[in-house]
Formats: sequence, C-alpha cells, structure tokens
Amino acid sequence: MNEILLAVTEAGRMIGRLDDELVEIVLLSLQVSLTAVVLASALGLPLGAAIAVGRFPGRKTLIVFLNALMGLPPVVVGLVVYLMLSRAGPLGELGILFTPAAMVIAQTILIAPIVAALSRQAIEDAWRDYQEQLRSLGAGPVAAALTLLWDTRFSLVTIVLAGFGRAAAEVGAVMIVGGNIEGVTRVMTTAIALETSKGDLPLALGLGIVLIALVLFLNAGASLIKDAAQRRYG
Amino acid sequence: MALNGRRMVATIMMSALLAAAPLAHAEKFITVASTTSTENSGLFKHILPMFQRKTGIEVRVVARGTGQALDMARRGDADVVFVHARAAEEAFVAGGYGVKRYAVMYNDFVLVGPRSDPARVAGGREIAAALRKVKASAATFVSRGDKSGTHMAEIRLWKASGIDIAAQKGPWYRELGQGMGASLNTASSMNGYILADRGTWISFKNRGDLRIVVEGDKRLFNQYGVILVNPGKHKHVKKDLGQAFIDWVVSPEGQRAIAEYRIGGEQLFFPNAAEAGA
Amino acid sequence: MLPLVLDNVSFTASGKRIIDAVSAEFGAGPRTVILGPNGAGKSVLMRLCHGLLAPTAGKVIWGGPSNGRGRQAMVFQRPVMLRRSALANVAYGLKLAGVSAGERELRARDVLEAVGLAPVAGHPARVLSGGEQQRLALARAWALGPEVLFLDEPTANLDPGATRDVETIIGQIRAGGTKIIMTTHNLGQARRLGDEILFLSQGRLVERTPVERFFQQPASAAAAAFIRGELPWR
Repeated sequence: MNEILLAVTEAGRMIGRLDDELVEIVLLSLQVSLTAVVLASALGLPLGAAIAVGRFPGRKTLIVFLNALMGLPPVVVGLVVYLMLSRAGPLGELGILFTPAAMVIAQTILIAPIVAALSRQAIEDAWRDYQEQLRSLGAGPVAAALTLLWDTRFSLVTIVLAGFGRAAAEVGAVMIVGGNIEGVTRVMTTAIALETSKGDLPLALGLGIVLIALVLFLNAGASLIKDAAQRRYG
Repeated sequence: MALNGRRMVATIMMSALLAAAPLAHAEKFITVASTTSTENSGLFKHILPMFQRKTGIEVRVVARGTGQALDMARRGDADVVFVHARAAEEAFVAGGYGVKRYAVMYNDFVLVGPRSDPARVAGGREIAAALRKVKASAATFVSRGDKSGTHMAEIRLWKASGIDIAAQKGPWYRELGQGMGASLNTASSMNGYILADRGTWISFKNRGDLRIVVEGDKRLFNQYGVILVNPGKHKHVKKDLGQAFIDWVVSPEGQRAIAEYRIGGEQLFFPNAAEAGA
Repeated sequence: MLPLVLDNVSFTASGKRIIDAVSAEFGAGPRTVILGPNGAGKSVLMRLCHGLLAPTAGKVIWGGPSNGRGRQAMVFQRPVMLRRSALANVAYGLKLAGVSAGERELRARDVLEAVGLAPVAGHPARVLSGGEQQRLALARAWALGPEVLFLDEPTANLDPGATRDVETIIGQIRAGGTKIIMTTHNLGQARRLGDEILFLSQGRLVERTPVERFFQQPASAAAAAFIRGELPWR
C-alpha cells in the first residue's frame, strides 16, 4: 500500500516538473504506437471490409485464422521480427534493428490482425442490414466496402483505439527489437521494466500511472470527438 | 459533409506519419551489447556522456545477459561487446567473432541472503563452504538461469564447492531466466539467497530483508572485458568508431571515469585495464 | 428497359421451392400490384425481377434495344439509411449512377422538395421518423429517374397519415412515367394504387386480372378465399 502511495506521488511529481527524460520517453511511446496503429489500420480496415463483403472459397477458414492472430504473443512477434531484421537475417541490410522503425514494424504486425478481425465483424454485421439496399442502388463490392467503412466509422474508431491500447501496453516486442536504448528506443513500457529490474518499484509504478493516464486521456478525447460527430450524423 | 470527415481522417494520418519522420536519424553511433548488471548499476549513464562529449560518438547500449550479448554479436547486431565472462569471451575471440579482448575493470560478486539466514552462512569468507551449507539446509536459492556472466560464475562456484548443481538441484533451487535486477526482486520477495555482482547490489533499491552474507573470497572476483566485433565476419561493423570506444575505455581518462563512479560514496567498479593477465 | 419477361422462373432455397415456374410479361403502363398470402413468395419474386436474387431455373429477360436492365430502383419495407444527412443519402444514389457533384446536389434538393422533406435536408437521416425515412427512400429512388420502381410493402410499418403521404408520392412518380410494381397486404391500397393484380399462391402465379374485376369476381378459388380471408364481410 505504501508503495502505491509513493508511486502516485512520484507520478504527480514527474508530470508536474515535466522531467526531460519522461517527456522524451512519452513522446517516443506515442510516436511508435500511433504510427503503428495508423499503418495497421491502413492495412487492417480495407482487409476487414474486403473479407466482410467478399465471397470466395476458404473465406470461413481465413476468418478463423484472422481471429486467432489477434492472440499473437507480443514477445513472439518481437522475436520473429528480430530474426528478420538481425544482420544475420534476411532483412539485415536495412540496418533498422534497435531503432524506432523496428518497433513500429513489430507493433504494426501485432495490431493489424486485431483491426482486421474486429472491423471484419463490425462491417459484416452492417453489410447484412445494408446489402439489399446498396446493391439495389447499384453499388458493386468495392463501392459497398467503402460505403460500409464510412458508415461504421464510430465502431471502427473504437476498434482502432483498442489497437492503440494494445500497442501502447505491450513490452515484449519493443524490448526485443528496440533494445531499450536510452534516448533512442526507450518507451514507457520498457522504462517501467527497467526501473522494476533496478528495484525502484515506486518509480516504475509511477511511470505506469503516467502511461495509463495518457491512454485514458487519448480515449477520452476520441470519445468526445465521436459523440460530437454522432450527434451531427446520427 | 462526407468530405469534411474524409479531410479530417487524412489530416490525422498525415500528422501521425510526419511525427514519425524524426524516427529515422543517422548520426555517429555504435551499438554496444552489454549486460544487465552494468546497465542496472548506472555505470554507463555516468561514463558514456563523457565519451560522447570528447568524440561526438553516441554509444547505444543494448543490455541483455552475457550469453545473449555474445549471441547478438555473433549475429552481427552489435559493434562492441562489454561483458563479464572471461572464458566465454576468449571462446568468442577464438571463434573468430571478436578481434581482441581487452580487460577493462573488475568488481566482485557477493552472496546476498535473508536476515533470518536459515543456512547459517552470514559472516563467512569462503563461498564454497557457504554454498555447501545452503544446499545442505535446502534454503531457497535464486539463480539467474540465463547464461549471463553472473550465472556462469554461479555455476563455476557450485562446481568449486564440489556440487554438480544441474544434477543435484532440488525444489529449493529457483531458476528464473531473468536479469540481475529482476532476479533480486524475486529473491527479495522469496527471502532467498542469491549471487549478485556488487555493482547491481549497491544500486538496487528493493532489498527487502536481504543483505550481504558472504564476501571477499578471491573466487568471487568478477572481471569485465571489452571486445570489438570482427569486421571480417560482418562487413558493416563500425570498426573505427568501435575501436575508438575501446581505446577510450582502457585509456587513463576512461579508467578514471570508471573509478569515479560511486553510489552513496561507495565505488562500484575497479579499473584494471593495465593489469597483465586480467 | 421494359418489357420485363419472366420465362418459367423458379427459385429454390434450402430444398424448398419458393417460386414455382412463373411466366409473365410486364410492359410500360399499368400499375402492377402483387398480392398473395404470407409465404406465397411475393418478396422473392420482386427480388428476382429487380436482380437481387438469381433464379435457380428459368430466365429473367429485360427487353429494349440495349437488352439491359436499364434504370430501376427498389423501396423496401424498412428503409435503410446511411449515417449521413437526408440530402447526402439521396446524393449517394446519384453518385453511384455517375452524376456529377453539382448536378447531384441540385437534383437531390429538387426531389426532397417534391416529397416535402426540404426542411430536414441537412438533418441526419437516422433521426427522422419512420414515415419521413420512407419518404426519403422514395425520394432517393425517384432521383435516379428509374424506368421501373419496385416497392415491397412500403407502408406496412406506417400509420395512416404517413401511408397517405407515401401513396401520394407513388402517384407522382407514376405520373412522371415510371412503371410501378409493388406488393402490399393492404387490399384497400391495392385497389387505390393498382391497375392490375398478380395473385401468387405457394410460389405459383395463380391469376392475373384487372383490379376491379379481381375484387368483384376473382377468377380463381384461391383468390376468392384470400379476399374472403382478408375481408370476411364480403
């Protein structure tokens, strides 16, 4: 209990004085996870829509596989990406191991299935309701997919936020491919792991509180925008 | 109105991608694979800025266990290794993966244990005897279990006590597979014995009921070495910058920086690059 | 393009024959109302004509020099509106039809004016009442300038006032030259809006009769029973 109180005080102090190192770590965490979620959505949303609207052999199997990929363990993704980007690996020439780019790649791989699988479900539910009307109006599968993507946008925002949450919270992947290098690839979760291993539990917990507060703040912001838009567009 | 929404989405995407732009920087830097004990002790945070100020070279430390650090270097993912397992280091060089091993500094290991001291080892000066007592009393013993320098030292010490720990361990022996700090956390909460390097112990803040029970045995000597990864095996290794780092670390200036590093007035590492046979 | 010819059209689903060898020809002119008991296959027949379903046997043939479907539209029992304004919903159909942006807005506003929804053009379509949404669905179909308008029980969920509004609009659309083909359970509506009755029973086309004669003297026993069932005082 004492440690939690210490942690809350520590968190408050860190935020209050806007500690340089803290700001650097927070900004990097946001950069990496936000970039990853943008890329994952660019890949996952069209894929989800295509599977939702399309009819092709093996579709059911693909859906099961995609759903299963949501449970990819971050540490395994990290390991695989490390082996790919290592100098001894196929993409070693790129030299991006232990850089934020590698972290973005790992997190994108982690979140894209989540965005694809969940958006597939949301869009398929909407397609069931909209299908006859859209086809009657002359919408082909591509036009229908795009229309559904826009019409289910409020659900999709929640899905994208879920993806961001997953990325911002994981440590297994970014630790392995990033290396937790101070000032270069140290993000909130890896910093928390480090401070924990140094035995400085109040500081680690304090960082944890900052991280949770950050994600809460982002979610609150997104929720406000969503509500305003929903009022406007129904 | 639909256009409005589309524009908003596009703006968000652009700003996210632009924000990612600074993620690609290319400066003068080297990658050093080192151990969790050196990272956790805070030594690098103290000496690396000095090196960067002098040479403009940024040193990026990836801290793993010794075993993992050497493995990383074998794959070519580091320019320099800075570890503390002499036998493994020499094998690394002999295998052609490293150019030359330089001694840098030493500290020592300490046996840390609970205040209640169930194995009755406190105050002893002989580690072999202490370990025999730990096994005899089946007191909880926490091992790094991660092929790190500390782990390899621990195995060596069990052997020196006449115990083949792999064959003779019981449920009292807890293998974690984690770094020094994480293992100390576990030992602290389990109230178990654990072998730690003094540097990490001094800077460790979650001691709980633990304190040093055995120290000073010559066998507990812990030597650190630094090696340039062989550019012959991996063309991209930054051999000039890497060598510059090694040269500085063994130079009088670098050695002084190491000696100056203290926590609570206590020196953690003792420079010995000039010592023959180190 | 009219005429629409159904050549021995059948539709089987889940082992059940829903439409059984129906042959008919529809030309421009008479307003066609399809009647029949529940499960007779009225909705399925409409969807076969409109092209939302493909027959499992027989052919649906559109005549005309280009031998193509031409412009058609369908209004469903429950209107399906996109999450956008009423105006945008109408414009959506026009966009799919390839109408340019400026032209779209003009035509959309015109048709909204004609159905009495001009005051709510900017409102989210989903907050409109049931009757307003159905009028909006009609406006959306009307804006396309269809040669044929299919209506599947368009007023089944509406109160008498809204029903009256919808019937008026159907009349206006008809007056513009569009062929009307609709189904309904409301025999009074069938009499008001129909010129000819197609009577379906258990998937078969049992009778095709001009409207007045159908109600005075139906040719088939099934139709007679149906009318008695719906209007027991006759």
